[in-house]
Amino acid sequence: MALLEVDGLNLSIRGRHILKDVGFAIERGKVTGVVGESGSGKSLTALSIMQLLPHRSDLSGSIRFDGFDIAAASEREMCALRGDDIGMVFQEPMTALNPLKTVGEQVMEGIRLHTGATRKEARERAEAILEHVGLPPSQYALTRFPHELSGGQRQRVVIAMACALRPKLLIADEPTTALDVVVQARILDLLNMLVDENDMALMLISHDLGVVSDMADDIVIMRGGEIVEAGPAIPVLKNRTHPYTRQLAEASTHVPARDPDWRPADGEGKAVVSVSNLVCEYPGRRTGMFTREPPFRAVDDVSFDIGAGEIAGLVGESGCGKSTLGRSLLGLMQPSSGRIEFDGRDVTHPDSETRSEMVEFVQAVFQDPFASFNPRHKAGRLVAEPLFLRRELSAATKRDMALEALENVGMHASDLDKYAHEFSGGQRQRLAIARAVVNQPRLIIADEPVSALDVSIRAQVVDLIVELRERLDLAWLFISHDLSVVRSLCDTVMVMRSGRIVERGSAQQIHDNPREEYTRQLVAAAPDLEAVIARLGDEG
Amino acid sequence: MSWFIARRLLSLAVTLLLATVVIFAVLEIVPGDPARLMLGINATDDAVATLREQLGLNQPVLMRYLSWIAGMFQGDLGHSFTYGSPVAELIGERIVVSLPLALMALAISTAIAIPVGIYAASRRGSATDTAIMAVTQFGIAVPNFWFALLLVYFFAIFLRWVPAGGFAGWDEGIASGFRSLLLPAVALALPQAAILSRVARSAIIEVLGEDFIRTARAKGLTRRAALWRHALRNALIPVVTIMGLQFAFLLAGTIIIENVFYLPGLGRLVYQAITQHDLPVVQGTVLFLVGFVVVTNFLVDITYAWIDPRLRRRGR
Repeated sequence: MALLEVDGLNLSIRGRHILKDVGFAIERGKVTGVVGESGSGKSLTALSIMQLLPHRSDLSGSIRFDGFDIAAASEREMCALRGDDIGMVFQEPMTALNPLKTVGEQVMEGIRLHTGATRKEARERAEAILEHVGLPPSQYALTRFPHELSGGQRQRVVIAMACALRPKLLIADEPTTALDVVVQARILDLLNMLVDENDMALMLISHDLGVVSDMADDIVIMRGGEIVEAGPAIPVLKNRTHPYTRQLAEASTHVPARDPDWRPADGEGKAVVSVSNLVCEYPGRRTGMFTREPPFRAVDDVSFDIGAGEIAGLVGESGCGKSTLGRSLLGLMQPSSGRIEFDGRDVTHPDSETRSEMVEFVQAVFQDPFASFNPRHKAGRLVAEPLFLRRELSAATKRDMALEALENVGMHASDLDKYAHEFSGGQRQRLAIARAVVNQPRLIIADEPVSALDVSIRAQVVDLIVELRERLDLAWLFISHDLSVVRSLCDTVMVMRSGRIVERGSAQQIHDNPREEYTRQLVAAAPDLEAVIARLGDEG
Repeated sequence: MSWFIARRLLSLAVTLLLATVVIFAVLEIVPGDPARLMLGINATDDAVATLREQLGLNQPVLMRYLSWIAGMFQGDLGHSFTYGSPVAELIGERIVVSLPLALMALAISTAIAIPVGIYAASRRGSATDTAIMAVTQFGIAVPNFWFALLLVYFFAIFLRWVPAGGFAGWDEGIASGFRSLLLPAVALALPQAAILSRVARSAIIEVLGEDFIRTARAKGLTRRAALWRHALRNALIPVVTIMGLQFAFLLAGTIIIENVFYLPGLGRLVYQAITQHDLPVVQGTVLFLVGFVVVTNFLVDITYAWIDPRLRRRGR
């Protein structure tokens, strides 16, 4: 008998039918990957198992855990089960811990609750489990508060809490989505280790087939609240018989089509942007009334060119300075020293006139398509925003230009009068790109533009970026922590670490033949679905 | 933490200094010659000039400001034009009524509001919650003097448990003092409790939606345990903010209640001093109240840091 058997699960929240006849099983000691895009119901399936559903949820069907009927369990029985036999790890480590309690208290709390251990025993157990997940108390005291730890370290604390009592089942809901690739790889290794040692079953939920493909024994694919396909990982990944599975796999390894005959209008090799010896610093923390710590160098002596129509990738871990570099190119941050040239013109310290001309030259697209629009403006006005400074244009011309920009990104005239909330995440990111291209700039700085998007939408946006480059002669600086997207999209890649560019080369060279050890680590850490599929093919 | 307190203390001192300048300057530019006001419109110019000389009003502005400040450091806030007694003494007489009244009102309001807020938040959307919210809406809408009149009618006139008004002073015994202040404190506290319980409720509801509450529940904590152990302290910041504002209001913004109950409080003193153009009293009491508010805010800031470790970092 399987450890967890879910059968005929139906869930409605406030009258909306969310899960439709969901059924699957999780075997003891096995890793089951649950994959689906946003809205597929994968997180709510997990919360149904935990019986932690939001208010006014209506759940029917059967959930049997180790012979115990969860669907019929009382709240009291569930409290005894949660944290003891079933542990859960969540997506967002930054908010998953109580900011006002020390890490030690939070780990000890569950131990004391379920075992009735004394404070001293609980502290010893907490120390042991924290040490085990890679946070030795000699280095990371139990008296630290969550804000004194990084995202990866906090996720380790959450994992320690969930695994402190050696649960039979660990549910990990997108445990690495908010983390960098290198940290992601380490957290996945940690989960793997805990599974092996404790003969624990792991339900690993992810939107990324690549993340689960390496670890999962079984795979469940969900879409729109239904299970599309479920079975042992190898045949599911290898055969990809179900069209949706195939579509997901293709989307996550998607390479945009390029026109082989396309050449930039200005001819190749001419730099649109030229950066030399750029240094950007943030003031140090105050240490006294008039003293500060030395400034923090976010960008440290960086030099590079971006050619006309080039798609340049900029990769690195969070905090490496890649966003600061992007901001300084947009004129949103004053460099401490160095030089930035647009088309040969010095724009390092722009006056107000140069600044308004820079708007015509460089535009930006940011990560969060939900937060980057004024909710009270309609799409026509949002897209026309960069034209605000152009007083010579009439309202009608601006509207025409906005429409043209919308059509350029595959949207329609009927979208002009909609508000931002009427669009889906992917459409909003198209809208952001339309806003960026409306005044025909030469360069767009895109800071993690696809990180918040589902894989299928990500593939469409990546296609759009290449298409716009060819149609509008646009150069792109594509900032991302996701190496697989960078590899398929970019012409050249810069690898950034601690404010410096440690390696630059063609996308192919960086991926296949990295020169620097750091680049090698980054490449190795990135989940690679293609490689897994290729390996499965070789094996049989 | 001590660094944090030192910084706060410094900013407290700077705020107070700026306050003295502003208070002095404002009263300097309001129209009306205090000497003439004191002597009445029929006084001769000579008499006015003599009084101006006596009051030191002919000295340069800077000198008068400095001597005011210098006096302050010696506990001398000047003499009242109308009462003829030192301002510090007047404030002292009133504060023994106003401060206990404010503290009692704050204690009563907190004692009502926090449990009500917790109860309503933990039963969000239920009929009880809706009823509580309706009652608090009523409590905010109704002016406190109306509560005061009702309380007097019921407890003082009908039940005769407490006096209907007046304050005999603490010399009559602490119990009798408290009995005199009880009804006004309750009348002041009710509307404040209504506001505070709504703030507490919404703060707790917001925290209950946070990810770390879900983490706590996933650990096996009951809904109730998660609320007590993880939500309450996180919900305190907005509650403490409102309490600080309410305390400042309760000390001097209570003139109507003081009038209803015939209490010799600070509110009445300020009101009378303003209508009688008694400049030293106005300056002295306003400065005292500013100082009180600044100190309250200082305590609120310290409380924030006690609640939230993220605020304790050096040189925030």
